[in-house]
Amino acid sequence: MSVAILRQGDYLIASIQSDLSDSQVLALRDDVADRVGTHRARGIIVDVTALDVIDSFVARSLRSIAVTARLRGAQTVIVGIQPEVAIAMVQFDLNLQPLRTALDLDEAIALLDSWTAVRTADGR
Amino acid sequence: MNPDNTTAVKHPTPQGPDIDSSLLHELVAYLRKNRTELREEWARRITDAQLLSVMTPDEIFSEATAVYDNYVDALETGSVETLQAYARDLSERIIPRGVETHEVLGIVLLLRDVLARSLFVNYQHDADLLDRILDAYEPAANRIAVTVGVSFVEERERVIREQQESIRELSTPVLQVRERLLILPIIGVLDSQRARQLTEQLLSSIQSNRAKVVVIDITGVATIDVTVANHLVQTVEAARLMGASAIITGLSSKIAQTLVDLGVDLSMMKTVGDLQGGLEEAERLLGYRTLEEAFDGLEG
Amino acid sequence: MDDEIRIPIEGDDDLVPARAEGRALAEKLGFSRTDATLIATAISEIGRNIVVHVGRGELLLRPVSEPARCGIVVIARDEGPGIRDVEAALNDGYASNRGLGLGLPGTRRLMDEFLIESEEGKGTTVRMTKWRARDELERLRERRGEMADPSEHLPEVDAPD
Repeated sequence: MSVAILRQGDYLIASIQSDLSDSQVLALRDDVADRVGTHRARGIIVDVTALDVIDSFVARSLRSIAVTARLRGAQTVIVGIQPEVAIAMVQFDLNLQPLRTALDLDEAIALLDSWTAVRTADGR
Repeated sequence: MNPDNTTAVKHPTPQGPDIDSSLLHELVAYLRKNRTELREEWARRITDAQLLSVMTPDEIFSEATAVYDNYVDALETGSVETLQAYARDLSERIIPRGVETHEVLGIVLLLRDVLARSLFVNYQHDADLLDRILDAYEPAANRIAVTVGVSFVEERERVIREQQESIRELSTPVLQVRERLLILPIIGVLDSQRARQLTEQLLSSIQSNRAKVVVIDITGVATIDVTVANHLVQTVEAARLMGASAIITGLSSKIAQTLVDLGVDLSMMKTVGDLQGGLEEAERLLGYRTLEEAFDGLEG
Repeated sequence: MDDEIRIPIEGDDDLVPARAEGRALAEKLGFSRTDATLIATAISEIGRNIVVHVGRGELLLRPVSEPARCGIVVIARDEGPGIRDVEAALNDGYASNRGLGLGLPGTRRLMDEFLIESEEGKGTTVRMTKWRARDELERLRERRGEMADPSEHLPEVDAPD
């Protein structure tokens, strides 16, 4: 299984297990889009710890996941970017804007909690 | 001889393919018999030449004995392995005491000279024999000199390498001041290689310390060029990809001006004048109250 | 060439082993983890161009060695339609009519040397190199490995039997 997608409360956690081919990345994107709708998830966490290369295609796909998720009312956070990968992305001049990133799962959940709290506080 | 009238020679030797092994025996026997005088002569010449000045005469004599014996053994066996091992061991001991390369080469060459001179004196009655003895002695002696010299230099370079590593590690310390907050004080000259190393160390620390804020203090950096400025900007962005905010502190007006001139977009970086201010900003980001706020809350 | 690794590119699946081989070779040549990542990323970008814009091609990974430095050369070759305006393609902000750039400027930033030859109708070859400096200690160790005895080059005295 190259990607494991779990549910934790209102959030979906997509955990990438190994280097993915382009088709697998696209499949992930579609899969997440489906499940956000099905589960009415309010947040998606994509864990890329196992990726030791994030190139322009992966970056585009992650942004695409976020856009789709947003359309269905969910925020996306990317976690687990490795130091070497971060350096490569920056040197390449790839950024994930406007995607938010966090160090790990705990951070991502805390982040999503604070956003959704704000939103419910606003009554939206 | 081969069919095509050539003689196969494995290693071309200037003294010809046939060394009289009895000559070598004689040479070695002579050197062993005269060990005491030759060794003393050598030690005396070392002191005269003011080599190994960091060592006491007793130490010099004791090492001289060991070197002499190893030297003669190497001449006898043709194998420099034991000598190499000894030379490395010796180097390990004397390098920390400040013995330099020219001293080591010097004493080895002096020994070679002392022995050669002695051979000359002893065999001068027979020019032909002297000739053949020197033919046997010289290449072997040179080989030994090279062995000892190279062993010393290699050991020295190993030590230098270790020291460089330590310096590098010490000069880029990433400090954890409180939970989730790291400080990276940068001191001295920042070149491309060091900047990259800094970035790697910082990002690795963010990961292991689960840092949310890093304060990069460049108070100790005098000047900055475009490559290094870019490295700094990239470091901040890479930290952000790992979920950490970076604050640059200690930006002198000179460096700030340089960055502006270089077209670096300072609005993308959080900068604060001094380290104290940077730490307060960091704590604010982390959700801690500053001491002032805490005290304000206490009063009244 | 003995040490050369050839990776045929026929589909996006081939990019997975291409990245892995690139990283493995880089690490074998003593590149740092970060540099190995830069190299693997460059391979991924350039390999994908072949997949997306041409359909098939090949990657060649070649170690190179000089006294003061060693490196890895990555050659990406295809016989596709070629890039009409290479200069433009090398500038940030270029996008083909599919709306996607070729990632060339970014890829170039990851490597030390970057050469691209492209002729319309004939195909494209990208040749990129990453170097790492070899310090004296490394060179010394290599020489010591080659020579069992540091003074081997000097004439030997035959040992007594």
